[in-house]
Amino acid sequence: MSDVGPALAGMMCPIPIEEYPHVTLAHGGGGRMTQMLVERMFAAAFANAALGEMHDGAVLTLPPGRVAISTDSFVVSPRFFPGGDIGSLAVHGTVNDLAMCAARPIAITAGFVLEEGLAMEELWRIVRSMAAAAAEAQVPVVTGDTKVVDRGKGDGIYINTTGIGVVRDGFDIAPRRARPGDIVLVNGPIAEHGIAILSVREGLEFESPIVSDSAALHGLVGAVLDAAGEAVHVLRDPTRGGVSSAMNEIAQASRFGIRLEETAIPIAEPVRGACEILGLDPLYVANEGKVLVIVAPGRAGAALAALRAHPLGQGAARIGEVVDDHPGRVFMKSRIGGMRVVDMLSGEQLPRIC
Amino acid sequence: MKYVDEYRNEADIQAFVSAIGKRVTKPWTLMEICGGQTHTLIKSGFDRMLPESITLVHGPGCPVCVTPLEQIDRALAIAARPEVIFTSFGDMLRVPGSTTDLLSVKAKGGDVRMVYSPLDAVKLAQKHPQRQVVFFAVGFETTAPANAMAVWQAAKLGLDNFSVLVSHVLVPPAMEALLGAPDNQVQGFLAAGHVCTVMGYQDYFAIAERHRVPIVVTGFEPLDLAHGIHMTVDMLEAGRVGVENQYTRAVTPEGNVPAQRLLKEVFVVCDRAWRGIGVIPMSGYALAPAYASYDAETRFDVGGITAVESPLCIAGEIMRGLKRPHHCSAFGTACTPERPLGAPMVSSEGACAAYYQYKRTA
Repeated sequence: MSDVGPALAGMMCPIPIEEYPHVTLAHGGGGRMTQMLVERMFAAAFANAALGEMHDGAVLTLPPGRVAISTDSFVVSPRFFPGGDIGSLAVHGTVNDLAMCAARPIAITAGFVLEEGLAMEELWRIVRSMAAAAAEAQVPVVTGDTKVVDRGKGDGIYINTTGIGVVRDGFDIAPRRARPGDIVLVNGPIAEHGIAILSVREGLEFESPIVSDSAALHGLVGAVLDAAGEAVHVLRDPTRGGVSSAMNEIAQASRFGIRLEETAIPIAEPVRGACEILGLDPLYVANEGKVLVIVAPGRAGAALAALRAHPLGQGAARIGEVVDDHPGRVFMKSRIGGMRVVDMLSGEQLPRIC
Repeated sequence: MKYVDEYRNEADIQAFVSAIGKRVTKPWTLMEICGGQTHTLIKSGFDRMLPESITLVHGPGCPVCVTPLEQIDRALAIAARPEVIFTSFGDMLRVPGSTTDLLSVKAKGGDVRMVYSPLDAVKLAQKHPQRQVVFFAVGFETTAPANAMAVWQAAKLGLDNFSVLVSHVLVPPAMEALLGAPDNQVQGFLAAGHVCTVMGYQDYFAIAERHRVPIVVTGFEPLDLAHGIHMTVDMLEAGRVGVENQYTRAVTPEGNVPAQRLLKEVFVVCDRAWRGIGVIPMSGYALAPAYASYDAETRFDVGGITAVESPLCIAGEIMRGLKRPHHCSAFGTACTPERPLGAPMVSSEGACAAYYQYKRTA
């Protein structure tokens, strides 16, 4: 989450800015310019033994067990936002996807698609932030790729990360495993990432700035699995589409219903205010540092305590349960005591007129 | 959250529900005018808490829903022009025209941008003097003052690359038209609180008298609606006609006078077509002659466009309170938010979207 890892703090951009103030097509051409970018910037920032080999791929020795693999592409605009940037997000997103499989992340790869003309200084900021996030998560970036596209054919920078991890022995975490009676937990206030992005993108100003929750969750997930063991049935990070889409996917996969309690769902006041003003439903807004934990009722207390004991889970809450009724669908008891359907998001949420 | 939580308090709302239950002796059909009210009712589940003898029908107060298909087709034609930056509130972008929608025009290369205020569109016009910036000025009396302000400012700045595609409509003539229809079923109205914040509620007394109905100016939170319904039921049961104000924290009888002054300066009242309902005399705004040069319809010569509605869509009957969304044969099958036949399935204030999102059981 910090902007710069200790080793890179204060480190200047290693590419001579006066000579190469911007990314050029030559930086992706495979020749000397590419080599300079890879060696001086990426290898220097992500420094680790596997990457240091400068080979076509990374050769790793994995601990015994089942392997989880996940990939995600990051195209976020704006590239920098309160609480993170496209670089840290690219690390957190893939680390979290592995964590949701009950996997301990071992390594990630990084593929960069750069647009001709991107400021070298900006690329360095992003790479530095990515390296810092990887260092903090203790997940090395072991191999990568760089392509440069013509000006106008990309949005500055796109990053793809693929992660590999080893699944905890004996765990079978999957949406289909939700069972009636299971409790739904979340590790803190929802909708922060989406509103933070929106506030920058649309130039909206709030009294108190809204900061993205982007964070690597594998440590927190590890603590929950330690505390509740195999009673944990489902883990899901409610990213795009928010809590409602994640809940609907789990209801559909398990063929049971889910019932949420509106008053129990944690949401910070500034985020709630922003959603009220814009006419957005926080249940549909993206998160990048939240996990929904579905756990058998007997271990729900232990799981909740483990979440709350972790720095990324202090605002954890019990928000609902899995039920026999309305299979495949999500209902919510509203603040005023009424019941309503919580549907999947259709398209993008658009602010209303009045 | 202050000014929100007080109006979503379960105990207070339950108290109104039981008071309504005690007061009601016969079946009544009420209409909430505004789509924002419809969504609050359905989203909070309040509609299911009311006694069965009270039927809520959902009114035409959804700006996107009543904007005529022709006007959307005009917007699409203008937005596709290379010199144009077409700006709109977000809610309008997905609404289907005859063949496409604004998001699809954007996908094909049109410069379509969502703005949060018409004044942002004026700023865009200042920033891009080589481009034509058009704002889609839809809505009721609520959005009209800000849209009038945008035109007024553009005139003051002497901007000749800014224009508005006007599709403004007015609530009182629509209520009058609904009540005057031979098949009308509405016995009492929850008037749209935010419209009254701007316009006051003096105009409603004559309507209430003429059609012998109670009209209650009502807010948008669940407690406002519970209170407003209780007041309307009380008037109906007592045989009282007239206008009462539930939304006193925001609405005064005379409304926002400076906003009304600006509306008079920039707009004139004219006949307007309402999607699904038809032309209602003197039910909308057009730009006043002094501001006619800001009219996108003449600037881009799109006046001649005509359009045909889907024969399956019953949006008009829904907005006149004759039917409800689940009475439609296409609801949730041929018509979904992903492939809408009519605007009420797309808009965040549309009744069909509210039923689909919060009430669909299948």
